[in-house]
Amino acid sequence: MDNISPAHEASCSTGPAESTATGHTSAELSATDLETQQFNTVCEILRRNNNDPARLIPILQQIQKEYRYLPEEVLTFIATPLRLRPAQVFGVATFYSHFALKPHGKYTIRLCDGTACHVRRSTGILNALYERLNVDEERKTTSDQLFTVETVSCLGACGLAPVMLVNEKVYGQVTPEKALEIVEEIIVKEKQA
Amino acid sequence: MDNHPTLTLNGRTVSIRGERNLLEVARQAGIDIPTFCYHSELSIYGACRLCLVDIEGRGIVASCSVAPEPGMVVRTHTEEIRELRRISLELLLANHEQSCTTCAASRSCRLQTLCRRLGVEKVRFHRTQKERPVDHSSVSLVRDPNKCILCGDCVRACTEIQNVGAIDFIHRGAETTVGPAFGKNLAEGECVNCGLCATVCPTGALTPKPEIDAVWRDLNDPQKTVVVQVAPAVRVGIGEAFGLEPGSIETGRLVAALKALGFDQVYDTSFAADLTVIEEATEFLQRKAAGERLPQFTSCCPSWVKFAEQFCPEVLPNLSTCRSPQQMFGALARVTLPETLGIDPENLVIVSVMPCTAKKYEAKLPKFQTGGRPDVDHVLTTQELAVMIEEAGLQFRQLEPQSMDMPLGFKTGAGVIFGASGGVTEAVLRFAVEKVTGVRLSRIDFDEVRGEGSVREATISAGNTTLKLAMVHGLRNAHDLADKVARGECDYDLIEVMACPGGCIGGAGQPVPKELQTRAQRTSGLYQADKGLQLHKPQENHLVAHCYQTCLGDVGGHRAHELLHTTHQNRRRINSRGLTVLGQDNNSDKLKVTVCLGTGCFLRGSHSLLNALTERIQQHGLKDRVQVSATFCFEACDRGPNVRMGETSLFRCTLDSAWDAILKELEATPVA
Repeated sequence: MDNISPAHEASCSTGPAESTATGHTSAELSATDLETQQFNTVCEILRRNNNDPARLIPILQQIQKEYRYLPEEVLTFIATPLRLRPAQVFGVATFYSHFALKPHGKYTIRLCDGTACHVRRSTGILNALYERLNVDEERKTTSDQLFTVETVSCLGACGLAPVMLVNEKVYGQVTPEKALEIVEEIIVKEKQA
Repeated sequence: MDNHPTLTLNGRTVSIRGERNLLEVARQAGIDIPTFCYHSELSIYGACRLCLVDIEGRGIVASCSVAPEPGMVVRTHTEEIRELRRISLELLLANHEQSCTTCAASRSCRLQTLCRRLGVEKVRFHRTQKERPVDHSSVSLVRDPNKCILCGDCVRACTEIQNVGAIDFIHRGAETTVGPAFGKNLAEGECVNCGLCATVCPTGALTPKPEIDAVWRDLNDPQKTVVVQVAPAVRVGIGEAFGLEPGSIETGRLVAALKALGFDQVYDTSFAADLTVIEEATEFLQRKAAGERLPQFTSCCPSWVKFAEQFCPEVLPNLSTCRSPQQMFGALARVTLPETLGIDPENLVIVSVMPCTAKKYEAKLPKFQTGGRPDVDHVLTTQELAVMIEEAGLQFRQLEPQSMDMPLGFKTGAGVIFGASGGVTEAVLRFAVEKVTGVRLSRIDFDEVRGEGSVREATISAGNTTLKLAMVHGLRNAHDLADKVARGECDYDLIEVMACPGGCIGGAGQPVPKELQTRAQRTSGLYQADKGLQLHKPQENHLVAHCYQTCLGDVGGHRAHELLHTTHQNRRRINSRGLTVLGQDNNSDKLKVTVCLGTGCFLRGSHSLLNALTERIQQHGLKDRVQVSATFCFEACDRGPNVRMGETSLFRCTLDSAWDAILKELEATPVA
């Protein structure tokens, strides 16, 4: 949370969970209300899942939707009502590559680097993204918290290779130029917002 | 021939007698199938793939995970199986840091043993794993991920037997390691230092932290007078390091070895255990008479105390306030020995030899210091002492037995049986029953409280009083009982808790047991040692009585309390940042309100309190002046829900009391 700049907090929309928690819509929220609302959402997520430790994975997914990653203090917090130890929660959170333990940007770009995409030169796209956004394999998220660039091993759309995923949206037959276009579009849209 | 169903094992007919898997059947038949991850006391994991067997018609399977069936035809060392096992070992060795000659676990390493047994002569694969940092943070244990083979024994022991869950598997695939939450080190988490993980670890990935060098330094310093106390369980464990039978009573040779190493005086922790019994039983009888803070939990196991401080804050008042025998000894020795030995207090070094890794942690607690110096300077485990004896070249088996030094080496059998599960209870009974009835107790043995079960209970009549007792080992069992106590569901008077299986004799500092029955043999050794002594009741220890006359005053009196008792504090489980819930910014003028969401406070409704408080602050438009956050423990769990406001702590906080305090605080501070 500490790392999210106010501009993004205010517009961060992450599904229906948050508005049911406080009765506010995202637009009405001021910057500092976000943490209250996020915390309430976590509580609501726990309640909806009956504090059931067997539902840890869906709980983590829902929390990640809210925070865009799994903050350590939230994992520590949920361990108690779930009757789990923080080490167990952390173990599950680190097992699945889908879970992020560092803050993700508002837009997560998942570039496929599976066999089909790789032979169709996904590496060039990756390098173009790295260069444009000033990120790399270690530091995956831009300093303005707008983008996170990751590679995945297969998106199951090899016919469209190379494939790129921006949040939930799939782009096929991507070229470095096309990838940069998509990124520029988002940057412009965010500036206007 | 019996009527049990049978199967064929390597061409032999073998009975199935209710064993839960083929591996156990083979063991019963005298075949020790190699394994890393199978422990009969833990759940079955099936990860190491060494216990492979060939079942006719089924092929090769892991014998730990297959239930025996009548008529099965099983072979345990076919060519194919031999090859598979060797490859598994080779692959494990590829990434295993092979610093075997300098490894602390060298004498008990199962990886070494199995490589030797299975004839692995060469490792064809290169190491692909990067060197990982070794965790030296804990005062009790060293965690070296480079030696871990991911069998998961430690994870299951920590969770299943101790219910601590301080470590788990993190990451996956080639990145997998075993470690505490959030990549923290052991000292920052919930670890209670019991060392069960080190006992079950087949390699040197988890080992007791040695203090040998510090002890040698003091022994070799001519200015220092180094005295040592030896815990009861050590005498029945040390022999195993020198090829003697488990449970053989080696008190005499132990003393001789310690003297030969250069210790000036050799004393017995059992002396302090006698003292502990008198204090603890007196405390118990007072509580029983007053009918308060019952059941009384014992407090001599430092792992249990830390566990209760972290996980069972509601029963902390029920814990005996007595220090453990090690710390009673330390405090008493610090005060009396300089005069007894005619030495400068500065030059007195107090060492203990313990079967336990948690005693290292206990000795370093700030509350057990006198004048800024720990009452016990160094704690050695039985294993470490064995290493020192070997280093000095002493032929342990040839040593001429010697006796302990007086006065702190004198003990009764009550102080000796302390080392076995049920022993503390029995020692307390030997004192308490006589005290309650006022009649000399002719019966010494209380067989009712002895046994191996991990949860046992007994009822003993003493005159008109009936005492309901429970003895548990394993902290999961203790936690269950503590929960029942907190819910008012059980009516025990006294609950003895030992973290380690079988009590201190099964401690992590002892030589690693080779067989399951080792613990029972050590226990029986302790009861034998009790029989071999002339006195069995702590109240018969005239040197303890003398100690009260000259130094301690009355039993349970003021001076005794100063030296022999302590307080237990709530302890934060994990070192983790808090969570800001409302009004976070960098404005330092804001009133900072922090609500605890740790286990104790959570159960007392701190969560709803936090929500209600946040809502009210928002309703009154005060979020510009107040910042609300959640934290995970103020270490005052008995008075929860806890709220901190600036520098002030509010205990048993309600919405109204918190709100009043906030308004008051805001009135006092002018708006900026």
